[in-house]
Amino acid sequence: MTRYTSATPDDRQEMLEAIGVSAVDELFEQIPAPLRLGRPLALPDGMSEAEVYERLAALAERNSDAEEQVCFVGGGMYDHYVPAIVDAITSRSEFLTPYTPYQPEISQGGLQVMFEFQTAMSELTGLPVSNAGLYEGPSSVASAGYLAMGATKRTRFVVSRGVHPHSRETLRTYSVGYGAEVVEVGLEGGLTHAAALAEAVDGETAAVILQSPNFLGAVEDIEALGAVAKEHGALLIVACDPMTLGILKPPGECGADIALGEGQPLGNRLDFGGPSFGFFCATEAQIRRMPGRIAGETEDVDGRRGFVLALQTREQHIRREKATNNICTAQALNALGAMVHLAWLGRQGFRELGELLVQRTAYARERLAAVNGIEMLHEAPVAREFAVRLDAPVEKVIDRVAERGIAAGYSLGRDYPEFEDGLLVAITERRTKAQIDELAEALGAAVAAERQGVAV
Amino acid sequence: MAPGSSEGTYPEDLRYHEEHDWARIEGDQATLGITWYAQDSLGEVVFFDPPEVGATIQKDSSYAEVESVKAVSDVIAPLSGEVIEVNDALQDTPEKVNEDPYGEGWLVKVRLSHPEESETLLGVAEYRKLLDS
Repeated sequence: MTRYTSATPDDRQEMLEAIGVSAVDELFEQIPAPLRLGRPLALPDGMSEAEVYERLAALAERNSDAEEQVCFVGGGMYDHYVPAIVDAITSRSEFLTPYTPYQPEISQGGLQVMFEFQTAMSELTGLPVSNAGLYEGPSSVASAGYLAMGATKRTRFVVSRGVHPHSRETLRTYSVGYGAEVVEVGLEGGLTHAAALAEAVDGETAAVILQSPNFLGAVEDIEALGAVAKEHGALLIVACDPMTLGILKPPGECGADIALGEGQPLGNRLDFGGPSFGFFCATEAQIRRMPGRIAGETEDVDGRRGFVLALQTREQHIRREKATNNICTAQALNALGAMVHLAWLGRQGFRELGELLVQRTAYARERLAAVNGIEMLHEAPVAREFAVRLDAPVEKVIDRVAERGIAAGYSLGRDYPEFEDGLLVAITERRTKAQIDELAEALGAAVAAERQGVAV
Repeated sequence: MAPGSSEGTYPEDLRYHEEHDWARIEGDQATLGITWYAQDSLGEVVFFDPPEVGATIQKDSSYAEVESVKAVSDVIAPLSGEVIEVNDALQDTPEKVNEDPYGEGWLVKVRLSHPEESETLLGVAEYRKLLDS
């Protein structure tokens, strides 16, 4: 694949002469010999374009996706139906260009979308301030930690193990740079262990970080758990699933200082894991520490309603190295998808969708728990996802069920050694009663087959 | 370009730091703020992010932030000490930093830990010379 590399041997010779060197190797002489590899990299020989095409096509053939399988996998990203109007609007060239709308005079459409998105997220989370979106859920959690450090001048985070494993991992990664410490609090009965949380929080705690529904699908009592944060002057950060905000009490009404989450369930398909976006809302007290961009409403010189970027002093072109997280430019398109989806559903539709998820999830949970070899992992209330224990190796059961075109769920043992027999099952409005019944039957058969040691 | 010393006011009774901060020293305490030149360069101040009362500040290091419509700037401590009072009125009226930088626009009061540091600060004439250079 060197056909686009235009340097011929003559070109090279000419360049070497121009800089007064006789051979390319001379350029590396400054690197001590023991540090040099002394042999070519262990890479296969080049292939022709046609061969590369065949190879990649064969690899792509091995992919499976949520259109092909009946998908019960969740764990933060969900197989919701994305209406055609989302594509119709997000594919307009005016929106497709991911450029920061610094010039309001030519960016009113993009700015209005940001403003409307913020308004929607603010209403859903019950918090007055929203940004226009961040990179995704996990880095939003880490950015909230940074905000809390600035607000409290403290450097310890107390995090429930119910918070998404990727969020905790990202927070830990960022914390190395922040000089912060991450303390985890375990779960009991599927919920954050309240007494352990109370014990872990003290006057050094910058933030208490919870998630509801948590990674096991359980709906946490944010108000009760979060009280300990207030007592010690720490911020309460709540990660949430936007699809549940039409039916659960908004985090802002449960004492959350910051409510955030992965935005994918709204208007974004699974797309092999991304791109997606994060949403981030906070109390007014934190407005100057907010990461990302904020669009504001204003009037132009003729008194007409218009929109501009607001509070830009937080951003990197002004604040430089002290700026907040600003990985958000290209996320505007994903956030637009969310806004269109929300507008399509409407207030009533959004609530009804939440109710539908609760009902179907309750049905699926009961249906699965009634199967021989399957029991509930916890009995805490759930909204759209739940965890069960399998009396057989989880990964093997998943493989067996996959042969029937069903992605049964997420193996909890990947992230939780304490739940090695756990399977996390997610429900969306795309999952019918018939599909749920088939999952129950397929799981039961797979568990039974594994217990009897039947060969695959 | 920012104006030289001919514009703006620089009271005689203050000591100045080259990062455009002033100190009004009274015994072992001092009131701190930013100079006319600093507020003029920043433009309209919209937010003051103060240190906490009880915090220790270090000469030549940042102890607070002032945000204007066009920039966020560190405020450099002209002297070292412990913050004993913060100008809370600036939360509602940050524009006082522009309107009255040596009066109602003061930022913090500190109890000095090294009063002798004041000898390294500039007098009015020296500070004006710095602005003109």
